[in-house]
Amino acid sequence: MSGLVANLKAIRPTGFQVDVDIEIRPGTTVALLGPNGAGKSTIVEVLAGLLAIEDGSVVLDERILDSPSDDLLVPPEDRKIGVVFQEYLLFPHMTVLENVAFGLRNKGSSKESATAGASEWLEKLGISPLAGQRANDLSGGEAQRVALARALCPSPDLLLLDEPMSALDATTRVQVRRELADALEAFAGPRLLITHDPTEAFLLADDIYVMEDGKISQRGSAEEIRLRPRTSYAADLAGANLFRGVAEGGLIQVDGHELHSANSSASGEVLATLHPRAISVHRERPEGSPRNVWATELTRIEHYGDRVRLQTGPPLVMTAEITPDAVRTLELSTGTTVWVSIKATEIGVEEG
Amino acid sequence: MLVLAIVAVVFFLLPLVGLLARTPWGELGSLLASDVVVDALVISLVASVAAVVLSALLGVPLAWLLARVAFTGRAFVRGLVLLPLVLPPIVGGAALLFALGRRGVIGEPLYEATGLVLPFSIWGVIIAVTFVSMPFLVITVEAALLNVDTRYEGAAASLGASRWTVFRRVTLPMIGPSLLAGFVLTWARAIGEFGATVAFAGNLQGTTQTLPLAVFVSLESDRDTAIAISLILVAISLTVLIGLRDRWLTR
Repeated sequence: MSGLVANLKAIRPTGFQVDVDIEIRPGTTVALLGPNGAGKSTIVEVLAGLLAIEDGSVVLDERILDSPSDDLLVPPEDRKIGVVFQEYLLFPHMTVLENVAFGLRNKGSSKESATAGASEWLEKLGISPLAGQRANDLSGGEAQRVALARALCPSPDLLLLDEPMSALDATTRVQVRRELADALEAFAGPRLLITHDPTEAFLLADDIYVMEDGKISQRGSAEEIRLRPRTSYAADLAGANLFRGVAEGGLIQVDGHELHSANSSASGEVLATLHPRAISVHRERPEGSPRNVWATELTRIEHYGDRVRLQTGPPLVMTAEITPDAVRTLELSTGTTVWVSIKATEIGVEEG
Repeated sequence: MLVLAIVAVVFFLLPLVGLLARTPWGELGSLLASDVVVDALVISLVASVAAVVLSALLGVPLAWLLARVAFTGRAFVRGLVLLPLVLPPIVGGAALLFALGRRGVIGEPLYEATGLVLPFSIWGVIIAVTFVSMPFLVITVEAALLNVDTRYEGAAASLGASRWTVFRRVTLPMIGPSLLAGFVLTWARAIGEFGATVAFAGNLQGTTQTLPLAVFVSLESDRDTAIAISLILVAISLTVLIGLRDRWLTR
């Protein structure tokens, strides 16, 4: 199959071992989602050719990049993998244009044609005015676009994004995430997004691989992982309930249901987030101030050690998290009718 | 404490004052134009610049090897590089003589094959001076290379750059300031070299007599010339200090 097919076992000098299978079809985005120390950067090094694997193979568009049993190892410079590195790693002594032209120069293009090719990419990403600036004078969002242009300019066979937004502040992140979505969409080959941020993975990827302790613990669509997390880490990741809706004056319409949010300035298409622990569950209609209160039916109850995840049914499918004690006290079971309440301040709103 | 510190400052200052107080300012021009001074200056400049060029050619790759390639015996090689820094220079010069002299381990076959005699020639000066000064370049550049984030080199490789291109277009520019400082240090050490030169290349005016050697000789016979040459060397040292002030003088 074309695209990326990697079945690999790699061992770091420290002894840490990574053992994963990853498949990415051309035109689709896979997110490798995991906590720090799960082995995500080892995968980046392996794919970029900076770390040789012990066993298995890495094949890109039917070209073997690494296969110990065939004694094959393509060095980094011959791999044609465009990488947007964590913290971008733009060459600080070069201008933006020189950074972006670097890859084409290495392919043997003349200085003129490399500059022309690089300028085209700056144009495409709307950063032509930055061409002459030093790379270390850029803002986070600008650097991210330059890094993207640099990775895409030599027409790579695989686009690899390593924590592309970890260096950005929260406000830039929303804007940049949208740009990143467009850039991913425009790249025809396989794309791999390495991230520890579930929102990023859920919004940008077609397929999510959850990675823990050097292994893939779960693989599936955003929806599958969110609603059926298989490990307690995945349950944590799936943490935030995500809703797409339309906001107006503090009211968010989600699938015909109305959510009250404390954010009255957001308007238009929004993304609402809600942590499972922010949802209170009652047997009777609760008294008090919460603005969001409705009755629903429990559709699933799952135990994860010291906490329990509940899934609620219509009008809004949500995941709530409570203690095992609460489950006993409230005498909850699948099918029980409960009242849920959510304070307006607990609902996060992002335009997007 | 303060008094002792002031004594230390005076201790560093006094020689300079003494030198300036004894300087025959009126005759300085003619002293500096004398054959001995001009010959020594030319030889010192040629030898020190050659030492910098040789150090760049050999020392930078050596620094790269030490900083980037893990090989068995790396600690040994690093120690070998540091040796000229701690070895009395005159011993270094003597050792060079036993190795490269006309009767030396390598010198003898070299002479028989090519007729080339290294000691007591300008080549001898260059070799002696390089032996003593190259370690300064190697350790400065190695330290700088260890400070460069190697992920930049990985990024360059992922963009299709060969090892050589990575070094030339990414690593070298990133260590630029340290490289420059290394060159200056190497050059300053080369200009002031005495012991290894006198042992290996001798002290022949017009052939191997460098500025420090000329100072040593004229101290016995012609103090004013010795002072004039010393002033040149002081001026060079001050220039180096000013050139590297950001590195050393400001904290």
